[in-house]
Amino acid sequence: MKRLLLLLLLIPLTATPFFLKPYGIYLLSLWAVMTIAAIGLNLTLGYAGQISLAQAAFVGIGAYAGALLTTQGWPLWSAFLLATALCFAVGWLLGYPALRVQHHYLAFVTLSFSTLVFLILRNEEWLTKGVYGISGIPRPTVLGWSTKAPVDFYFFCLGILALVSLATWWLVRSPWGRAFTALRENAIRAASLGVDTRRYTLMAFAVGSALGGIAGVLYAPLVQFIEPTAFALNLSLNLLLMVIVGGSGYFLGPFLGAAVSVLLPEWLRFSEGLYLILYAVFVMILMAFCPSGLLGLAERLRRFPR
Amino acid sequence: MSAVLEVRDLAKAFGGISAVNGVSFDVREGEILGLIGPNGSGKSTLFNCILGQLAPSAGEVRIDGRAITRMRPCDLNRLGIGRTFQLLQVFPQLTVRENLILAGQEHRGSMWSRLVGRRDAGLGAAADRMIEFFRLAALAAEKAGSLSYGQQKLLDVAMAFMAGPRLVLLDEPAGGVNPTMLAGLRERLREINAVDRATFVVIEHNMEFVMSLCTRVLVLAEGRIIAEGAPAEVRSNPRVIEAYLGG
Repeated sequence: MKRLLLLLLLIPLTATPFFLKPYGIYLLSLWAVMTIAAIGLNLTLGYAGQISLAQAAFVGIGAYAGALLTTQGWPLWSAFLLATALCFAVGWLLGYPALRVQHHYLAFVTLSFSTLVFLILRNEEWLTKGVYGISGIPRPTVLGWSTKAPVDFYFFCLGILALVSLATWWLVRSPWGRAFTALRENAIRAASLGVDTRRYTLMAFAVGSALGGIAGVLYAPLVQFIEPTAFALNLSLNLLLMVIVGGSGYFLGPFLGAAVSVLLPEWLRFSEGLYLILYAVFVMILMAFCPSGLLGLAERLRRFPR
Repeated sequence: MSAVLEVRDLAKAFGGISAVNGVSFDVREGEILGLIGPNGSGKSTLFNCILGQLAPSAGEVRIDGRAITRMRPCDLNRLGIGRTFQLLQVFPQLTVRENLILAGQEHRGSMWSRLVGRRDAGLGAAADRMIEFFRLAALAAEKAGSLSYGQQKLLDVAMAFMAGPRLVLLDEPAGGVNPTMLAGLRERLREINAVDRATFVVIEHNMEFVMSLCTRVLVLAEGRIIAEGAPAEVRSNPRVIEAYLGG
């Protein structure tokens, strides 16, 4: 049943871009990219229970790795390799404070890291070109298939999203996923059952951050121009919103959350100047009445008669 | 019989308050040792010092002659030491079966092999047997958070046995469990002790449960051992009556 539902979801995802203008296709691509970053954060926060306000920094590291390499003529896959390895390693290191502090204290540690990365991107002009940003980021040609056109690049993003989703699906259903859940629900009990909470905490940060890096590598050729403010705190908060609104700890949460964050404001544009107000009211009502997000609400409704 | 657990001069102070004060005892293989005493006598602190949850201020703990003082709880578990906590500690979002699989999975292969291997870490059948053994079959697919307190307590105890431990420290297993369920729990513990030769240390306030289950009893008061012996001996000890059991 679930597989059938997933297949039914794939039909509009593959058919819709053919009926959209370039801006619509751009938004769908952005949804796919942000979903990947939110999947990473969902792993760290939703499954393993480690709050992070640093996901934008990892998207930034990935985007700059992609932009710097591809504008120098390196293929995009090399950027994927570099960004994944770099973000995994940095994410692992960022996990160490989580071994000592939790909750809002950890949020501030990760927030500081996010600010640090932003300052590096802005100030280290020799590497990042600072506030002038990097332009002319090329879109890749994959096995002879040029992704220059918006619709082609959208399908490229969708393909990467599918691969990331499959890998994450495998991970969360494996004993690792169970250990992450145990870490979130009761770390002391988990440790008493042999779960190496230290290693799983670091791994949750590392894998989640690596996915942020992969999203960044895709983001750079999508917008073709990047500059530091795109990866400031605002994006981290937006990614956090995606995870919470979709349903933290639900596999499909980031997909829904990213749709709400990326697509809903655009759908509300019919209300002209009111669209951001309507969007804010929607999020406030949802969080007030269903803090477990849209999928949490769906689960409550499903269990309602019981 | 050889000592599985040796505790020597163990002490734990919180600021100026001495919770455990130079406690020494041995636990022999296959024994069911009861640890009783009034609230605040240091029983749970003693457990937490033995099991690495708290760093002792002084003293030493040995398992099979090997020093384990200050070892991490997860490493101690992998040495074959299980435990339960005073307050319920199940994972409410996981099903009963998943709770049990989790309780054994970290003993199976390496971390990497668990990522690429079977989803149940090869523990599905063992979890089902444990579910049957603890009479939880009807609840196997239910989320642990939806179980009654007594059922969660049974699950909590069952989890401590999933990895086939040699030594299990049970902190108030009878607390909040109804008499029928308690009789069942006692039978399960006796059976595991007899069949698997598992050794237990049990903290409990339910005297009937302690006296009928344990082979030896230690009495703790103000962080020190004040009496030790067979259940009947301890029950009639005037110091124990004065400090804990009452007239």
